[in-house]
Amino acid sequence: MILVIEQLLNGLQYGVMLFLMAAGLTLIFGIMGVINLAHGALYMVGAFVGTWVATETGSFWLGLPAALVAAMVTGVVVEALVVRRLYARDHLDQVLATFALILIFNQLVVLIFGRQPVFTPMPELFSGSLEILPGLFYPMYRLLIIATGLVVAIGLYLLINRTRVGMLVRAGATNRDMVRALGVDIRLLYTLVFGLGALLAGLAGYMTGPILSVQVGMGEQILLATFVVVVIGGLGSVKGALVAGLGLGIVDTMLRAFLPTLLLHFMEPSDAQAVGVGVSAMGIYLLMAIVLLFRPKGLFPAEG
Amino acid sequence: MKHLLSAAILLALFIALPFIADAVGQSSLMILGARMLAYAIAAASLNLILGYGGMVSFGHAAFFGVGAYVVGILAYHAGGDPLLGFIPGTNQMLITLPVAMIVSGLVALVIGALSLRTGGVQFIMITLAFAQMLFFFFVSLTAYGGDDGLIISRTNALFGLNMRNRMTLYFVTLVIAVLFFLVLWRIVHSSFGGILAGLRQNERRMSAMGIPAYRYKLVAFVLSGMGVGLAGALEANLLRFASPDMMHWIKSGDLIIMIILGGVGTFFGPIIGAAAFMLLEFYLAGWTEHWPLILGAILLVVVLGTKGGIGGLISRLTGGRT
Repeated sequence: MILVIEQLLNGLQYGVMLFLMAAGLTLIFGIMGVINLAHGALYMVGAFVGTWVATETGSFWLGLPAALVAAMVTGVVVEALVVRRLYARDHLDQVLATFALILIFNQLVVLIFGRQPVFTPMPELFSGSLEILPGLFYPMYRLLIIATGLVVAIGLYLLINRTRVGMLVRAGATNRDMVRALGVDIRLLYTLVFGLGALLAGLAGYMTGPILSVQVGMGEQILLATFVVVVIGGLGSVKGALVAGLGLGIVDTMLRAFLPTLLLHFMEPSDAQAVGVGVSAMGIYLLMAIVLLFRPKGLFPAEG
Repeated sequence: MKHLLSAAILLALFIALPFIADAVGQSSLMILGARMLAYAIAAASLNLILGYGGMVSFGHAAFFGVGAYVVGILAYHAGGDPLLGFIPGTNQMLITLPVAMIVSGLVALVIGALSLRTGGVQFIMITLAFAQMLFFFFVSLTAYGGDDGLIISRTNALFGLNMRNRMTLYFVTLVIAVLFFLVLWRIVHSSFGGILAGLRQNERRMSAMGIPAYRYKLVAFVLSGMGVGLAGALEANLLRFASPDMMHWIKSGDLIIMIILGGVGTFFGPIIGAAAFMLLEFYLAGWTEHWPLILGAILLVVVLGTKGGIGGLISRLTGGRT
């Protein structure tokens, strides 16, 4: 039972990461209609720059703003140089141009930081474990990630539903052309949203650092899962990103944790391990296919 | 007439290639050339739905891998235990290639039937999802090598030809490619091809004319999957290897890049694009390990800056309309 709760929390923590990524991606799609495959690259940039600063200064907390600023600046530059030209293009051009960005960013990171995986130092304060239930010790750092994600979720909710910028964002997701026709400076809004999405991706990347290794290609690993979240949640819907992110995080973690053991009852140990890993990796994609068959626009479609 | 000229030039180049390779003493260029042909088949098949039909599939590497695995698995069982207890393995190219096409066609039928219920971004993502499922399926298929892939001990046999000879293997691939492109030409220029282009331009209007859009798109999707499966089967023969990496999503991206490099929705574009991509990869990878950086930059310039890829560039330079 304790094992199940522990894995549930792990799933929640992964889900929160997915939400941080998906929230930005879904807003970028909802407002600007751009499929941004390079979102994983921003996640990687945040992780690498943040970790570099944290290692140089020896402080996790100095790395955090560095990661956020680096990711946001990269995002704004990418938006101004490349993505801005893609708004009027079809999905094919968007996919290809941002795919090219992935290739470029991965190689730039190899050139600057090398291929060796690096590890982000864990913040002192959160390096221990907390007994959340009798007999269940859970790493404080993972709890910190979950808390961060929930704070971001509440912050985004307030930003989108209670502020003027949020109103424009919502309006943009519902009817882009009408917002433009009403005389809103849409380019500024676009840059703002892209920067915000990049910032969240950088946050996710840096927070993952102490748990997973920071390495080239880390962006693609989470990118595909993020896209699954965005599509299941409904393009442009932050609420959908939250629900689908947490749901998928938990499903994926549970499958990975328990499927191989479960399969041991049916097959040879060596096969069970391989098949379990393979099938649990298929899980989220299967889920997405099923959801799309019944709700072709996702769970919470933002546009009519 | 212009098309005939293009075809003749391309064919002449591909016929000359092995002799040039022989003359400069680099017979590995022949395998590269044959792989160009395989990728040209794959890219042209994808172009049938992507360029002519307007369906952006981001999961076509799946069919490439399925085709390769059909060859690999049949060869694995050749002369040994039958597959599943009743399907005998074989090493005959006349059997393996059609079987590869049929199996990938069936897989495409299932994936297409489900995916085509959606459209736009969802279509891109669901095709990607199915490809990922197949990728992880083959990763977990430990009986056939799993993650490490499946080594094929001998290239498939054909009419008692000496397939170990690189020149022979190259010309067998070339003949298959020429046959494939003849069939593709018929398809594209048939009324079916016309309807497909019509669906891309305005699906609603086509439906209003009484065209069952879903069925036409599904047939195109299946044909496209079969073509990519054939390419995968050829690649497996050329490399004597099949692995899950062949259906990695980056591979699906590569296929789209080939199309865009050559020119979307043109007949010869994918051939030029595949050749250009393979040459770039071959020479850049030999020159620097950071070649994806250069590829990415080229791709970015092509997507943002040109219309119609290399094919469009050529026709503009030779005074054609753009």
